[in-house]
Amino acid sequence: MSARPSGPGGGALGRVVRAGVGRRRTQTAVMVLTTLLSVASAVLALGLLLASGAPFDRAFARQHGAHLTVRFDGAKVTPERLAATARATGVAAASGPFAVTALRLSADRSAPPGFAPPPLTVVGRASAGGPVDAVTLTEGRWATAPGEIVLERGSVPPASGPGTRLTGGSVALTVVGIAESVGESADAWVVPAQLTALAGGRPPALQMLYRLTAADGTAEVAAGRKAVTAAAPPGAVTGARSYLDVREAARQNTAAFVPFVTAFALLGLAMSVLVIGIVVSGAVGAATRRIGILKSLGFTPLQVGRAYVAQALIPGTVGAVLGAALGNALAVPLMAEVAEVYGTTEVLVPVWVDLVVPAGALALVAGTAFGPALRAARLPTATVLRIGPATGGGRGRAIRGLLGRLPLPRPVTLGLAGPFARPGRAASTAAAVTFGTLAVTLAVGLGSTLVAVKTDGDPDRGGDVTVHTITLAQGKPGDPTPRPGKPADVAAVAAAIAALPGTDSVYRTAHTQLEAAGLKGGAPLVAYEGDMAGSPHTMVSGRWFGATGEAVAASRFLTTTGVRVGDTVTLSEQGRTARVRIVGEVFDLGDGGMTLRTGAASVAALRARYQPADFAVTVTAGTDAVRYAQRLDAALSPLGAEAAVTEGSKSSVIRAMQALIVMLTLMLVAVACLGVLNTVVLDTRDRVRDLGVHKALGMTPRQTIAQVLTSVGALGLVSGLVGVPLGVALHGRVMPAMGRAVGTTIPPADIDVYGTPLLVLLATAGVVIATAGALLPAGWAARTATARALRAE
Amino acid sequence: MTPSDTEPLIDLAEVGRTYEDGPAALAALDLRVARGESLAVLGPSGSGKSTLLNLLAGLDRPSTGRVTVDGLRVDRLSETASARYRRSRVGMVFQFFNLLDDLTVLDNVLLPAQLAGTPRGKAAARAAELLERLGVARHARVHPGRLSGGERQRVAVARALMNRPPLLLADEPTGALDTASGAEVRDLLRGLNADGQTIVLVTHDLALAEACATRTIELVDGRVTRDDARAVTR
Repeated sequence: MSARPSGPGGGALGRVVRAGVGRRRTQTAVMVLTTLLSVASAVLALGLLLASGAPFDRAFARQHGAHLTVRFDGAKVTPERLAATARATGVAAASGPFAVTALRLSADRSAPPGFAPPPLTVVGRASAGGPVDAVTLTEGRWATAPGEIVLERGSVPPASGPGTRLTGGSVALTVVGIAESVGESADAWVVPAQLTALAGGRPPALQMLYRLTAADGTAEVAAGRKAVTAAAPPGAVTGARSYLDVREAARQNTAAFVPFVTAFALLGLAMSVLVIGIVVSGAVGAATRRIGILKSLGFTPLQVGRAYVAQALIPGTVGAVLGAALGNALAVPLMAEVAEVYGTTEVLVPVWVDLVVPAGALALVAGTAFGPALRAARLPTATVLRIGPATGGGRGRAIRGLLGRLPLPRPVTLGLAGPFARPGRAASTAAAVTFGTLAVTLAVGLGSTLVAVKTDGDPDRGGDVTVHTITLAQGKPGDPTPRPGKPADVAAVAAAIAALPGTDSVYRTAHTQLEAAGLKGGAPLVAYEGDMAGSPHTMVSGRWFGATGEAVAASRFLTTTGVRVGDTVTLSEQGRTARVRIVGEVFDLGDGGMTLRTGAASVAALRARYQPADFAVTVTAGTDAVRYAQRLDAALSPLGAEAAVTEGSKSSVIRAMQALIVMLTLMLVAVACLGVLNTVVLDTRDRVRDLGVHKALGMTPRQTIAQVLTSVGALGLVSGLVGVPLGVALHGRVMPAMGRAVGTTIPPADIDVYGTPLLVLLATAGVVIATAGALLPAGWAARTATARALRAE
Repeated sequence: MTPSDTEPLIDLAEVGRTYEDGPAALAALDLRVARGESLAVLGPSGSGKSTLLNLLAGLDRPSTGRVTVDGLRVDRLSETASARYRRSRVGMVFQFFNLLDDLTVLDNVLLPAQLAGTPRGKAAARAAELLERLGVARHARVHPGRLSGGERQRVAVARALMNRPPLLLADEPTGALDTASGAEVRDLLRGLNADGQTIVLVTHDLALAEACATRTIELVDGRVTRDDARAVTR
């Protein structure tokens, strides 16, 4: 039967392609898996990268968020006049006017001292939608009648949700929904008719929401504000807010993610390209003799190239489609974590990523298949037919000969010599393993640093046992919602702690907010009293405070205010002032890195109103902290305080980062293992006759496995020795960048997490990746039918 | 247990081998080969010659019956035990030599000893002795690709004899050689047998069988159709 070449999918060429795919099942499976994992990791990495890049902007755009939120005096302007401001120069769209008032909402139970609810901006709005600020309902429904209220997600009180009853002034309200306004246009919404009652009979202020035709920078937004102000009666505008301020605050959360997600994304993309290249070009390169046969049957070089491209594209397409699906599936939980951190309602992999990444992968597959296939097809047919399986021939014979002289078992020396037979293939495998080792090293470093940062960046987590002087009491029968009780008497609590055997040292902390260094809204302040021996703190520079009048500050406080270590800061509270000298920069991630810490005596003159105090107790050596906490809790319970073993910090940002790190690392390692697996499969096939000879001469299955694993293990070791320093170097760049992104300086001790034992262990990661990838084909090699292998061409 | 010299080196009893749905490659084969014998196995393609050789080498297992070589039940061996059996009791020579192209002649010859863990000095001495005896000592440091077919087959024989196996299996050892090289190998095998080496030789080459074999069997469709001592069918 003649083989008349024709187009793929039909005729001889189609049959050749189908046979090629079906005959090499392992190769096909490896190619599907490689493309699958490469595309999945690339989709995930790119999706995360984009999510990290501008989550606020995308969520804001989706909601048609207000570039400008303007508040008007309801007594000076009519709603009709305000509606006309939508036609002001530069205004693209507007929503409103909405009646608005400030209100303190409290649960229907008496709030204890220190728990005065903050004032919330409540807007009267008939629906969630509209041309501007189309808020997203995340729970429940929109308010449809007086007595109902919808809370903005960031303003939901603890243990509250749909069904919770709140009181605003004298009005009872039931929470019917939770909504998200990315532009933070309000803290809560009610129906317009409700607003008048909440405003206490006074004419409520009015809110207008504007989208501008140009709003990229401060100047454009300011111009819009000017135009709106000009369109309203003089003096009607009482306040305005730019979305740029909201965006700046939102970016603080996302900023920490960007450096390491970028590092992983670039690693993932580079590795995907590399491994697809290895797998596809290897598969084509191994088919040289088959190409010769096709040519002898009358296939032109171009037809051969097309056949091999099609042959690679079939498994490649399957892998790419499945990979895009897997990438999206994996992105769902990770993106949910990211969305929580970013404070956005949803973060999804953009559709264009789902299209571009698989298309790019397939283009890569086609490109890497076509080149080698065309090269092989252009060789003289007789030459190609004579080539047969490539065993490496004369390459690296000298060094292989030397390796054979090593005083090691022969299967080991044969394995060590293996990479020198095909140095190109060995180099690409080594590159894949190096990337894998680099990823593992970076992941371990990031994980270690994040754990260290979580611990060291929380100076409030002190002592072995923590005492809270206020407790959450269980609600009435039928109402499981806990409520805060009355704060305990601090002196009585201190006495009870001092009286309990096992107490070594104890100090008290109390939090408040003070005006400081001219900061808008002031700064959080923690006042200390007692023996601070058990106080955990990591200094970035300077020292911990000692004498009265000294204080330490967190990094962002210093950068925001321009204050330096050694400077003096004035604190004030209702006209009373106190001056403290900053003696150190403390590593503190709490409260946005804005906290000042000092002794209570330093700020006694301010007579500030503190939140209920906490005690940090360090127990004596040999005392069991758990039992001590139980005894202390029992002693403090009658006083209204509670004691518990000090827990580690909990950070959703760090938890999300750790989940991301684990997921991305596993994917990169899996891709690296596939690269190795493919190489070993090709090598095993190329050397099947040699393996048969070895077995005929008495090589046991275990020796065969040892030979195969040694050949990649040596590569893995070298790759590990290269990948580890690269990983350490990358970690050394990523971590400080993450710190800078969130406005803090990570202490060098928290970055320098690679001890010698850990480095040695990490160096073996290359061996582990290489041998893990080679384990399956090594087993196949050991099971190769010797008699058939000996007759292999 | 040391097999007695009076016992046959090879004892096949009721050996059958079938592959999936195909006809029997070997059918109820009984065969005994004494120590020092040189057995030529003749037969057309598909007659079961290679199957027989594979069973003797422990590369394949019979579907039925027993294969005993040098007192060892080869058909019962595990993969690892089979490998050890091949190392110590069998040497194999192939039609296409099956030398490892990336190893020198010396390294090829040393390989069986190295796999068996033979001390380095002892292995080197044995390899030198074999290369000298087979006339390829001067090629010890070159790679097989540079040798003639006859020289390659000599190297292959040296490698097969490295661990002093009681049984030498040869599969068409002259099949890929020109006339002169074929004659060289024929003389070599005859000499080895004269020195007491037991040989099982699978061949189409009647001249080889006539020159080397002390006994000839002919297989047709997996059955012995002729078993002649000192007689070769022309």
